[in-house]
Amino acid sequence: MNPAIRLSNVGKTYIRGRQKVVVLHGLSLQIEQGEFVSIMGPSGSGKTTLLNLIAGLDMPTCGELRVAGERIDQLSSARRAAWRARHIGFVFQFYNLLPVLSAGRNVEVPLLLTRLSAARRRERVATALQLVGLADRADHKPGELSGGQQQRVAIARALVADPSIFVCDEPTGDLDRQSAEGVLQLLQMLNRERGKTVIMVTHDPLAANHATRQVYLDKGLLVVTGARAA
Amino acid sequence: MKYLVLVWAGLWRKRVRTILTMLSVTVAFLLFGLLQGINQGMNHVFQSLNVERLYVQSRLSMSDGLPLSFLKQIQAVPGVRTVTHWSYFGGYYQDVQNSLPVFAVDASTQFAVYPKINIPGDQIAAMKHTRTGAIISREIAARYGWKIGDRIPLQTSIWTRKDGTDTYPVDVVGIMDIAAYDAGSFPAFYINYDYFDEARAFGNGTVAYYVLSVDEPRRGPEIAAAIDAKFANSGNETLTQTEQVFAQSQIKQVGDINLIANSIVGAALFTLLFLTGNTMMQSVRERIPELAVLKTLGFSDGKVLALILAEAVFLCVAAALVGLGLARAAFLMMGALFGALSPGALVLGTGMGIAILLAALSGLPPAYRSTRINIVDALAGR
Repeated sequence: MNPAIRLSNVGKTYIRGRQKVVVLHGLSLQIEQGEFVSIMGPSGSGKTTLLNLIAGLDMPTCGELRVAGERIDQLSSARRAAWRARHIGFVFQFYNLLPVLSAGRNVEVPLLLTRLSAARRRERVATALQLVGLADRADHKPGELSGGQQQRVAIARALVADPSIFVCDEPTGDLDRQSAEGVLQLLQMLNRERGKTVIMVTHDPLAANHATRQVYLDKGLLVVTGARAA
Repeated sequence: MKYLVLVWAGLWRKRVRTILTMLSVTVAFLLFGLLQGINQGMNHVFQSLNVERLYVQSRLSMSDGLPLSFLKQIQAVPGVRTVTHWSYFGGYYQDVQNSLPVFAVDASTQFAVYPKINIPGDQIAAMKHTRTGAIISREIAARYGWKIGDRIPLQTSIWTRKDGTDTYPVDVVGIMDIAAYDAGSFPAFYINYDYFDEARAFGNGTVAYYVLSVDEPRRGPEIAAAIDAKFANSGNETLTQTEQVFAQSQIKQVGDINLIANSIVGAALFTLLFLTGNTMMQSVRERIPELAVLKTLGFSDGKVLALILAEAVFLCVAAALVGLGLARAAFLMMGALFGALSPGALVLGTGMGIAILLAALSGLPPAYRSTRINIVDALAGR
């Protein structure tokens, strides 16, 4: 079986003014389909940069990056956008829901890029919201929901188009312990019951424990790759 | 259509700002509709004016008048069919606020030169035989509740009578439907010239202008030149014009309506360009993280650009439609006053075209900016 994600000597350098900032140093990593990997490390270690590269939001300076069977480092901006819509589900630390849309409409946004009819979209939105336990909150605006509920709406938005890979950037960073646990259990459910590959950046060791593998980054280098859990 | 929800959400993100911007656009297009409606309506009226009629006035100015003795000489010009004449009366009823479009005319020739005026022959005959007779248009009769047989103490702000008074009692002998102008009707109140000229204290034996019909419309310029040549180097040189040119020159005494309308509308729309441009730019600036999220979810640069442009188009077109609709409604409500003047299909079409252009010009810079958003930087709040 092909790995879900394969990075070979991937490097990333930013130019900030006159300075070159090397964020990732020739990093190689392979993540299998159906894995739940947490990426940990101190601030500035390159966790989010690595996540952005895997999600096709940013381009590596060097190396080869294959995700969901595609060399995404070779795709144009427009093709990467279409590729993201098909393969990647995003969960952000601060939810990033559109404040003027209801929860249901927020969840529907990724489906607007598909050819699904309005009725099919509504059906999928209802199923996704049911899965995250918010079927009764479809008409609520994000401002009317708690942080934990907003993050669950964000997870519903991420899963509604049925992507194979979930990319989560500190999904519990803004939540209390109880809400965080609910969100992590949802991610775990997606991974275990639906076979989704989950990549999660976190500072929280307790959150990281929900993953099947933990990866540690420091100063742009992969320092520890945890063993795959059974 | 499925993206409408995003366009709608983007527009109403800042409700008050969007409403105020839409109001500005609405007012600008209301102004556009009103001014261009008047402009287009007037052009339509000018174009529908009769080409068989020529107007002869003093070359110096309309207010100078011409001697009545010119009548026979004009009639003698080859190609002239019938000549009549008009004199302004400056009339009002009871109060100067109730001004009336009163003209002293020659009833025996007036209706021959204006054959489309709809009036029974016996009423024309009554006017000829009744020195104080008056024929009024149906609109005026309806406005004041006048009917045939009524005596009206008509007053003038210009022509004091020889006895020092300014009242000319007239008797309504006929009510006419004016369809002389296909584009609409201009209410009028005709009194007998002889009655008026005999009573007035000054200006006797003069008329404001002559109106004549010609045998062959294509000979109009030639006949006009012949009339003006006849009176060249006299004490009362004439200026003979077609009805169209005459009407246009009357309007131009007020000002170049076309230039005024275009200047006002141009200034309003130019200001609007910056206003809507600023609104859209501000809107995009505030939504950079949200637009970055859309891009993250798979919206291409082109789609994001189209969404922003659609917002601008919706904002401008919807508000312009309301403005143009209000202009049309205003003309409908003032129908009696303006007659055929109203923003027609051409004005509405032009208005929509301008609204779309306005949307494109004001929406394109922020829309382009949205395509330059770097997702990673925007999500990181940089």
